Amino acid sequence: MRHLISVLIENESGALSRVAGLFSARGYNIESLTVAPTEDPSLSRMTIITNGSDETVEQITKQLNKLIETVKVVDLSEAPHLERELMLLKVRATGKDREEMKRMADIFRARIVDVTDTTYVIELTGNQGKLDAFIQAIDPALILETVRSGVCGIGRGERVLRV
Amino acid sequence: MLLTGAEIVVQCLQRENVKYVFGYPGGAVLHIYDAFFQQDEIRHVLVRHEQAAVHAADGYARASGEVGVALVTSGPGATNAVTGIATAYCDSIPVVILSGQVPTAMIGQDAFQEVDTVGITRPCVKHNFLVKDVAELADTLKKAFHIARTGRPGPVLVDIPKDVSAAKCEFRYPETVSMRSYNPVVKGHQGQIRKAVKALREAKRPILYAGGGVILADAADELTALARRVGAPVTTTLMALGAYPASDRQFLGMPGMHGTYEANLALHHADVVLSVGARFDDRVIGSPEHFASEPRTIIHIDIDPSSISKRVKADLPIVGDVRHVLADFLRILDEEGVTAPSEALAPWWERIEQWRARRCLAYEQPAEGPIKPQYVIETLWKVTKGDAIVTSDVGQHQMWAAQYYRFDHPRRWLNSGGLGTMGVGLPYAMGARFARPDAPVVCVTGEASIQMCIQELSTCKQFRLPLKIVNLNNGYLGMVRQWQQLFHGGRYSESYMDSLPDFAALARAYGHVGIRVDRPADLQPALERAFSEHANELVFLDVRIDPRENVYPMIQGGKGLTEMILSADDL
Repeated sequence: MRHLISVLIENESGALSRVAGLFSARGYNIESLTVAPTEDPSLSRMTIITNGSDETVEQITKQLNKLIETVKVVDLSEAPHLERELMLLKVRATGKDREEMKRMADIFRARIVDVTDTTYVIELTGNQGKLDAFIQAIDPALILETVRSGVCGIGRGERVLRV
Repeated sequence: MLLTGAEIVVQCLQRENVKYVFGYPGGAVLHIYDAFFQQDEIRHVLVRHEQAAVHAADGYARASGEVGVALVTSGPGATNAVTGIATAYCDSIPVVILSGQVPTAMIGQDAFQEVDTVGITRPCVKHNFLVKDVAELADTLKKAFHIARTGRPGPVLVDIPKDVSAAKCEFRYPETVSMRSYNPVVKGHQGQIRKAVKALREAKRPILYAGGGVILADAADELTALARRVGAPVTTTLMALGAYPASDRQFLGMPGMHGTYEANLALHHADVVLSVGARFDDRVIGSPEHFASEPRTIIHIDIDPSSISKRVKADLPIVGDVRHVLADFLRILDEEGVTAPSEALAPWWERIEQWRARRCLAYEQPAEGPIKPQYVIETLWKVTKGDAIVTSDVGQHQMWAAQYYRFDHPRRWLNSGGLGTMGVGLPYAMGARFARPDAPVVCVTGEASIQMCIQELSTCKQFRLPLKIVNLNNGYLGMVRQWQQLFHGGRYSESYMDSLPDFAALARAYGHVGIRVDRPADLQPALERAFSEHANELVFLDVRIDPRENVYPMIQGGKGLTEMILSADDL
């Protein structure tokens, strides 16, 4: 089963490699991992997407908690939550494709954030499925580059992850 | 007052009441060695290889319960230390390793004797630090000791670049440590503990299964009191020998791959298993699927939540320090007026006595002809009155020592249970002797293991350590040979070692006493001489044992607790 785990961790050099090393050393899957400082610059927040049985995911959260720099671990997918990922696509935008690409961006509520005579950079935010759907909806021959941020997650309502 | 980083290191170690540092100098730690030279509170023990520095610090910690300290230089000093660090990590031993590093400005430039020590050691430490600023050094060292000794203990490495040990700053050693990310649980959940006590009281076939956590938490007294109170049989893992008196009737011996018949069957057929600081390791229960085939209630006490329900699902998990939790068990039993074992356990004990009657550890020592290794260990036990600190290396001799030396007290049995590191025996004995200068210390080893750290005979001479080394010499990598005999069609691939040295002469070359023993009748007199005539010397007893002897009982890897091979006749 797919799980989305949020980790608050001390913003120290090496913290990311401890987490990444833990996953590789124990043979756990990482589908995506994002990390950035929080409003408190001494703390980083990671969102990890992983796959595994309930027992495996229980071990993953325990092992993450065991890292000395880990402050808190929550399996967000256990309760209502939001997921968002950002994607930037550079596409060929010439001739009739130029208008078509603009139209598709509008349909998906994406934004064109860079324009040249021949290219667009399209910015799209959403859950993983929406981003995948956009890539499938456009002509693959027109895609020059894609870059995705990985998933960020947050609990809904009063469910708060903080120190 | 302004101190250099090196002086701060020495000051911090003194504040932590460190008495011995096991180490080896080199370029990146010269400032630190200079600071050591100018003090005399802490004694530095110069080993002959960095691996032994960490093993000795680890052995010191195992024997004393205090944090062991090792000091090594950058690059090869650090990489040589890795085996020692991983060994301590696998057995949760509190050790602080200080490593030198190239100056901060040169890090990442492939400087002479530079390796990414923090990166290399990351998977085998509880935690590690690279100190980039001398102002952080004292705080970091305080944290290192705190992390090493609290919670589930383990090794912590502090990497100190050369410019940091040279730089000066104001020294202030913090009184306390506060880390928002690290607050290990001590007290167990009271509701869970009450449920566990109830399950234990209602059990028809209970067993106490104790692991290394009982030794680490100094909870042998509580474990013994609980066992006596409820009358349940006790089995202790390889890491917990001595946590319960082996001479007591309730003790069934060690469980697992080379455990006793009665311990394995009792563990398998119990209706309530109280696991105390143990982790259902593959060498203990073999196949988790086979173990799960029998219905039972598992109560699992461990300070590390990740050890619970990792291999075997616990019905009643209790996270906490086992000493506190066992004390709570006893208090609740007091409250409930339980003072003596229940009569209801009589049928269970009858079954256990039937299993015990198989005498799975019986052996015969012919008066003439090859010395049996079991006889060596039993004689050693007799001569030392069961009161020595015994270290071992890894292999057949380790299992024989574990099976036949009956440990009645904790911290008397030092071996590498988790990582299974050949070469630990001699440095463990060194560390143990520094921890307990009054105690007889014996290293039970084999001709293969001893050669992995034999250079330490030189350290033993320098520090006049009167260790007794009992070398069970069968000319083979015995455990490898045993597996090849049993599971590889007798094809003894590379398990025979030709051209062995004359160990007695080698010991004499290092300045020690070397004695070779070939005949059973010579064994006891030689051991007695080692502890009387040569009491103040290191004695190397090279005992030529029967090369065909195997360790039994045995459970093949991946099999279950009921699938024991009791002798060669079972094959």
